[in-house]
Amino acid sequence: MSTPQHPMPQAAPEWQAAPGSPYPTYTSPIPVVRTTLWHAVGSEWTKIRSVRSTMWTLGVFVLLVVGIGLLAGAVVANSSADASNANPLELGFFGLLLGSMCVITLGVLTTASEYGTGMIRTTMVACPNRGRVLAAKAIVFFLVAFVVTLVSASLVAFAHVAMLEGEGALEPTGEEWFKATVGVSLYIALLGLLSLAIGSVIRHSAGAITIMIGAVLAPLVIALFMFSQSLKDVQQALFEYSIPNQLSIFYANSLTDSGPSGWDPLWIMLAVTAAAFAGAVALLQKRDV
Amino acid sequence: MIEAVGLTKRYGDKTAVYNLSFQVRPGAVTGFLGPNGSGKSTTMRMILGLDNPTAGHVTIGGYPYRRLPNAPRQVGALLDAKAVHGGRSARNHLLSLAQLSGIPARRVDEVLGVVGLQDVAGRRSKGFSLGMGQRLGIAAALLGDPQVLLFDEPVNGLDPEGILWVRNLMKSLAAEGRTVFVSSHLMSEMALTADHLIVIGRGQLLSDMSVKDFISANSADFARVRTPDTEPQLREKLTSALTEAGGQVLPEQDGALRVTGLPLPRISDIAHDSGVRLWELSPHQASLEEAYMRMTQGAVDYRSVADQKAGLQQPLPPGAQPPMPVPGQGQPGWYAPPPPQQGGQPFPAPQGTPGPYGAPAAPGGQPSPNPYAQPAPQGGAPGGPAAEPPAQPAQPPAQPAAAPAAPATAPATNPTKSEDAR
Repeated sequence: MSTPQHPMPQAAPEWQAAPGSPYPTYTSPIPVVRTTLWHAVGSEWTKIRSVRSTMWTLGVFVLLVVGIGLLAGAVVANSSADASNANPLELGFFGLLLGSMCVITLGVLTTASEYGTGMIRTTMVACPNRGRVLAAKAIVFFLVAFVVTLVSASLVAFAHVAMLEGEGALEPTGEEWFKATVGVSLYIALLGLLSLAIGSVIRHSAGAITIMIGAVLAPLVIALFMFSQSLKDVQQALFEYSIPNQLSIFYANSLTDSGPSGWDPLWIMLAVTAAAFAGAVALLQKRDV
Repeated sequence: MIEAVGLTKRYGDKTAVYNLSFQVRPGAVTGFLGPNGSGKSTTMRMILGLDNPTAGHVTIGGYPYRRLPNAPRQVGALLDAKAVHGGRSARNHLLSLAQLSGIPARRVDEVLGVVGLQDVAGRRSKGFSLGMGQRLGIAAALLGDPQVLLFDEPVNGLDPEGILWVRNLMKSLAAEGRTVFVSSHLMSEMALTADHLIVIGRGQLLSDMSVKDFISANSADFARVRTPDTEPQLREKLTSALTEAGGQVLPEQDGALRVTGLPLPRISDIAHDSGVRLWELSPHQASLEEAYMRMTQGAVDYRSVADQKAGLQQPLPPGAQPPMPVPGQGQPGWYAPPPPQQGGQPFPAPQGTPGPYGAPAAPGGQPSPNPYAQPAPQGGAPGGPAAEPPAQPAQPPAQPAAAPAAPATAPATNPTKSEDAR
């Protein structure tokens, strides 16, 4: 067996065409291409568009965001309550909060379903660079989640502004528009990316989805039952940093007055997702597939 | 070229593969055999960089898999027919793999044609039968037109036409100069397909040799001798005469005798001299399957025992036997698998029918014909099986049951083998 002379062999490694090798060799007529991250991205795009779960989760997501958004808009527009001085964009919050469950599900499924089906072994044999596979999944999923959220959120925002125009509602400023569309879409897509990382760590769809839904809801629920005065600070922090409250900050209708504000939720989510992603990559490199 | 050196894999305190070293060469089909749970799939996964070895290493063309340049173009693998996302169509599954490997998309339709799935390419693989799943897995392995191919149990679930196709495919791939490594637990299939055999049991190497050598080393001829059923004393007489002449005699289930160590004419002469009439004197060759089972019998982890229905039925009267498969068809009672009626006994009687001639049949080194993987043989086994294994390689910890089969090239427990050994 000939050991390769060069640490960085060319497309066909030395051994394959080693002259004088005692063994026969086979060389494929198909040209060998040096694969990159973009090959993996193309592959992941094929994967994500070719399963029904993607269509289902994103379909339900759009239905929830647009449906609940329009419903809320219609109710407010037709109610006798005075809508003046209200920000019409705030009405998009409820649909998006429910819809985030779908993005979480899709994020988890992007990684964990490969473990459930055994596909991950096929994938990792075709691409032994495990980090590349996870990065490609993250890129494809993030873009899909961002674009779908942006389109749905913008649609709902325009509808709300139009519906409440005659009711004396405020005209949203440019920054309010930007936060309620691009900002919130980035946040939701990052939340999905966090789910993707958790799915890669947990390797079990149902388990990872449960963890993520728990992470979204548990802080609020736990905080509700913290009656004790001594826990007041903890309760306050749980409220303020719970994901629903962070989400509401993009609409400037925070449940609390202190705590994160402005673009803080995005940076918080970015940091958490980056940490989870780093952990997922480290585990992926180390563990057996 | 695949090269494993001292490959060891432990899961907790369970050793799946222990100190496995072998080479798989190009231009030949190498069969990888072992009982269920012997570590075949674990070894395959380590070769493919999916599992990290606890100790040792394995390389393909000099590289560990995960550092192999253009790995999917060098190596193709079928690991598990169901290692696909069931919701994805066959074509999209292969397309995603092709894109990942930088293979032109038109290659997908080529391999779909090669495996005969072109008509169902658009269907979701969830609805595929096991055989169609195997074909899809083989298509994925062939996608990169690689130099090295690994197949884990490729014929599982295939119809006879598919089995023949896989057999020819393996051979033609090897003939093109590729390295083909095929695992199976079907010795009969490997005998037809493989050029070289690597046999493992309990995660350890039992044998690494060409099929031709394996056959000559492990399967021996024997003669079947049948004396008149009506006169059992003739059989005893012949047994002792043949044994005296240096032959080994084992009774078979239906009353025939299995004689090794003596050529047919000599048996005939001895019978004539002792005045025993013969109803049958026929030459037989133990099949490769028998040789394989004999070799691995001590290393079988999952062995079925008879459904005893304990306490639920009347005990059989002594001597009465449940129906047995026809002896000489690959499963006679004197080696693995144990005859059903012996399953529950720690030290089964040689035949289940310990007839008058059963025990004393072979004085000289005749092993108790059932040195199965019961723990007891270490201490109490009669001469044969206990005498040979001292040279056995290091055992994995606490696996006493593997003892009788450990000497890879000298299956001491094989009665028919001893003629070569002398």
